[in-house]
Amino acid sequence: MPQVKFIEFNGTEHNIDANNGDSIMVTATSNLVPGIDADCGGECSCATCHVLVGSEWQAKLKPVNDTEESMLDLNPDRSAESRLSCQIIMSDHLDGIVINLPEFQY
Amino acid sequence: MSGIVIIGAGQAAGQAAASLRQGKYEGSITILGNETQPPYQRPPLSKQYLSGELGMDRVMVRPEKFYADQDIALHTGTSVESIDRAAKSVTTSSSDSYEYDKLLIATGSRPRILTIPGSDLSGIHYLRTIDDVDGIREAMKTAKKICIVGGGYIGLEVTAVAVTAGLQVTVLEMEDRILKRVTTPEMSEYYHQLHAGRGADIKVSTGVNGFQGESHVSTVLCGDEQIDADLVIVGIGIIPNIELAEAAGLNCNNGITVDDHCRTSDPDIYAAGDCTNHPNPTMGRRLRLESVPNAMEQARVSVTNMLGGDKVYDSIPWFWSDQYDLKLQMLGFSADGDTSVLRGDKAANQFAVFYLKDGKVVSVDAVNSPKEFMVCKQLYGKTVDPSVLKDTNVELKTLLN
Repeated sequence: MPQVKFIEFNGTEHNIDANNGDSIMVTATSNLVPGIDADCGGECSCATCHVLVGSEWQAKLKPVNDTEESMLDLNPDRSAESRLSCQIIMSDHLDGIVINLPEFQY
Repeated sequence: MSGIVIIGAGQAAGQAAASLRQGKYEGSITILGNETQPPYQRPPLSKQYLSGELGMDRVMVRPEKFYADQDIALHTGTSVESIDRAAKSVTTSSSDSYEYDKLLIATGSRPRILTIPGSDLSGIHYLRTIDDVDGIREAMKTAKKICIVGGGYIGLEVTAVAVTAGLQVTVLEMEDRILKRVTTPEMSEYYHQLHAGRGADIKVSTGVNGFQGESHVSTVLCGDEQIDADLVIVGIGIIPNIELAEAAGLNCNNGITVDDHCRTSDPDIYAAGDCTNHPNPTMGRRLRLESVPNAMEQARVSVTNMLGGDKVYDSIPWFWSDQYDLKLQMLGFSADGDTSVLRGDKAANQFAVFYLKDGKVVSVDAVNSPKEFMVCKQLYGKTVDPSVLKDTNVELKTLLN
């Protein structure tokens, strides 16, 4: 089982065993990790599952597609590390991935 | 043992239970739901679940083991018969009683049912639950001609899935245009042309007065016209489930009446989701919404307030609908506008219609234009220059300053 380290905005860490095939969003909500609303349930429709992923892990992810880019673009907290966590699917090669949670979802 | 009892096991219920544990509530949590599944997401039912793209495990609000892991007592297949406010308990149809300190009513809504000649024939389906959709999926394997009664979002989403699966589809809409209750003539026309172009036969101003068939439906009767169909799916609206609340003497008026803290007329009883009629402070009026974001956020607000917080529910309603390869995202109500501004290209299926009232943005319908949808969230209530808004050479971000 690959592990995900979620770090809340206040620094609290959550180390979670993820199921392969689950999104980072599902991994968080299934384990009561706070800070991800995920109102649309993972359809890339709401942008309330915004997370920050460092460049060393970004390199292992599928690049941001057009829809995700548009949803992220206007987020006031947008940075080069921004992703929508419903679009990141866990697998063994992401074992150990570190996900930083923003202060707010919009 | 008292604690928090949740009536209903839909998305509001699942979210509320999770939010209670996230809020460090350590008392007992009991969910009583009359369906057989744990809380699941309804939006995919008429979309990716119907098409087979998403399986059951992908539509669950939380994995099934979540409830046991979090010490949440999830009783599925359990109907609540009554609420005794004096004793602060609820009783189920099997005569089990559950006492509560705080109660959340999240009973949702149910489809409006047709009661016309032949409406009890087999082959006539409604779409609200996983069981409903499992039945429709099974029927679609052998169906040749599908008739959709009602040109609302449910009907049109099913139409898109069925047309994509190669089935012959007729849509019957009683009003003079599809989506009349929820959108403008301009958007109705766009979606009419979209479906017609993909091969669906859309008949507006066409009411259904009966069905015929031996035991299974074979014909839909609309005035003088007869339409062959071996599968009928009816999507003519929903009715909020308020009967339990009404019987308990809670104020109801087109939904269970709640205040801006999601509290009913009994301070120990909250309500969330489709079943509520709630005030929207920003819009300055009461609303009853059929919407998942509404259910989720009302659940969160109810929980915060149950646990002693002071949180007002004040969100601008938003909705989405996936049909074919088009993602429609809507914010606010287009009917609130006095002016519309088109941005983008309808022919390219990528455009947004913004609606303004007295020069202020009040709504958007965005087709394959998530950026326009997102910007509207932030432009809501702000004055914008329509000539700038429609100019696709102007970056939307610049309007936010």
